[in-house]
Amino acid sequence: MGGFENFFAHYNYVATIVLMVAGLYIVIARGNMIKKLIGLMLFQTSVYLLYIAPGKIIGGTPPILDANFTIYSNPLPHVLILTAIVVGVATIALGLAIVSRIHEAYGTIEEDEIIARDDQE
Amino acid sequence: MNAVTAQLPALQVVIPLLGAIIAAFLRRGTLAWAWAALITALTPVIAFAQLHQVWTNDTISYRMGGWPPPIGIEYRVDLLNAFVLLLVSLVSTIMMPYARRSVAHEIDGDKQAWFYCMYLLGLAGLLGITITGDAFNAFVFLEISSLSTYVMIAMGRDRRALVASYQYLIIGTIGATLYVIGVGLLYLVTGSLNFADIGTRLAEASAAYPRPVLAGLAFLFVGISLKLALFPLHVWLPNAYAYAPSFATAFLAATATKVAIYLLLRIVFSVYGVAIDLNTLPVSTVLYPLSIAAMFIASILAVYETNLKRMLAYSSVAQIGYITLGIALMNQAGLTGSVVHLFNHALIKGALFLALGAIVYRAGTIKLDDLGGIGRTMPLTFAAFVFAGMSLMGVPGTAGFISKYYLIVGALDAGLWPIAFLIVASSLIALVYIGRAVEVAYFRPIASAPANAKDPPLMMLVPILVLTFASIYFGIDTELSAGVASRVAETLLGGLK
Repeated sequence: MGGFENFFAHYNYVATIVLMVAGLYIVIARGNMIKKLIGLMLFQTSVYLLYIAPGKIIGGTPPILDANFTIYSNPLPHVLILTAIVVGVATIALGLAIVSRIHEAYGTIEEDEIIARDDQE
Repeated sequence: MNAVTAQLPALQVVIPLLGAIIAAFLRRGTLAWAWAALITALTPVIAFAQLHQVWTNDTISYRMGGWPPPIGIEYRVDLLNAFVLLLVSLVSTIMMPYARRSVAHEIDGDKQAWFYCMYLLGLAGLLGITITGDAFNAFVFLEISSLSTYVMIAMGRDRRALVASYQYLIIGTIGATLYVIGVGLLYLVTGSLNFADIGTRLAEASAAYPRPVLAGLAFLFVGISLKLALFPLHVWLPNAYAYAPSFATAFLAATATKVAIYLLLRIVFSVYGVAIDLNTLPVSTVLYPLSIAAMFIASILAVYETNLKRMLAYSSVAQIGYITLGIALMNQAGLTGSVVHLFNHALIKGALFLALGAIVYRAGTIKLDDLGGIGRTMPLTFAAFVFAGMSLMGVPGTAGFISKYYLIVGALDAGLWPIAFLIVASSLIALVYIGRAVEVAYFRPIASAPANAKDPPLMMLVPILVLTFASIYFGIDTELSAGVASRVAETLLGGLK
């Protein structure tokens, strides 16, 4: 298989990688704490795609035991990612709560300003 | 009775998990503390029963919900994780009496119950990571323990605790996500999430898809390394330890990084090691330079640190370097040194951070320059600090010496005498930073902060002394520490391909 076809045969992985790297880039490059959390969400979301996409089989049915259906999609990734989504929501909720407390304590959510204010003391 | 013993692996996690929920409803701090202490005290009993069972019989395999592995989640207890379970639960239990006054001193009354709730959740998460035989289940427990840790850190008095907690949240989440990517790649090539089952299927999968298997190792390795604060991925650790409430710092320093190291051992030896020749994988190549860099750079940073909590935090990064060095050596003595240092370092750092917590409680500061003469006003507390510090350096006759002895033998067995030399040389840096604290504490005139300080109440003092005694005692009687560790190393290496 040529590189070009290979690329399209695995386009779900390409999308995953783009989301993953974009998310990680935002976390590293942005100083605004809310934007960092948005990047973190994007990064986590890419993992959902990594798990879910390969579980789907083209022409596959939901996993129902019946003589008429022979090909079915793997349900396990969905279950795993349901758990991962809950974990992700909890993480972001906690992150936002901490950021709002930081805003109360410092009056800013820009990382460099916070470091500057701590250094002044 | 048999019905109960059969359920021990589940109870190990379920008791603190449900205990945490009840702790949140006990509004009064003292009541929540008593509850948390009771729950914590149950965990080492279970852990000890399991260690006994594993030591005399064989591996325990528990089917969660009755589903057989690899379909269901398996709780699998072998010698390695029985040992880590006992370590985590026992150290937590020893520390619990200390918590009451220290937490009451540092956390507002209406928030104490929440603190104990988070502590129990954290304990449940750590025990869960250790006991589970399922890679995805381990991720969930990793996040349970991490999320509760972020909350505990954010409860510190200083506003910088919030920033430290936020930074740890970002880095910790990236670490956990990298771990879950690694698990995903392994799941894609093997179709299994059970550690042992992945191990049996990996050899075949690796022949068919060598690159995803290698990439999976890289993701798992970096993800776990963020959690265990392997140099240079340790940047979250000093601030998190420095600004967290004293009890939380001691609890985390003694347990959290150790459990992450356990997970690394599990992945490297029980998943990859059984399927692929580890010498063909770049595990040691990566671990050698990073461990040695940690041993030196983090130790030197500790020397220049004036905040004692941060000093010990950097020292923790250095000590983790010793543990990963033992993993890199991959021979009997080196791995024994690694596992035994996991145990010894938990005791030593627990004792040291508890002693600092007592200093915060009485003198109100941990800035080294303000603590002149503290050794004379708080004699027992600081004596404990000195003895635990000697164990940290690896003075002969202390637990720290046993760890370093095995590591040095391991390095010599591997034919790497320069590494043996580096272990000794970096230990001397510990002498400098502990010695600096000793100099201030005993030989300077008594400053204003420690002038009215005295040793803390017995409930705080006894845990400090017990852990300090243990960090000396296990240098003399090594049966429980080195004896078990050496059998653990044997089983880990014996399973290798």
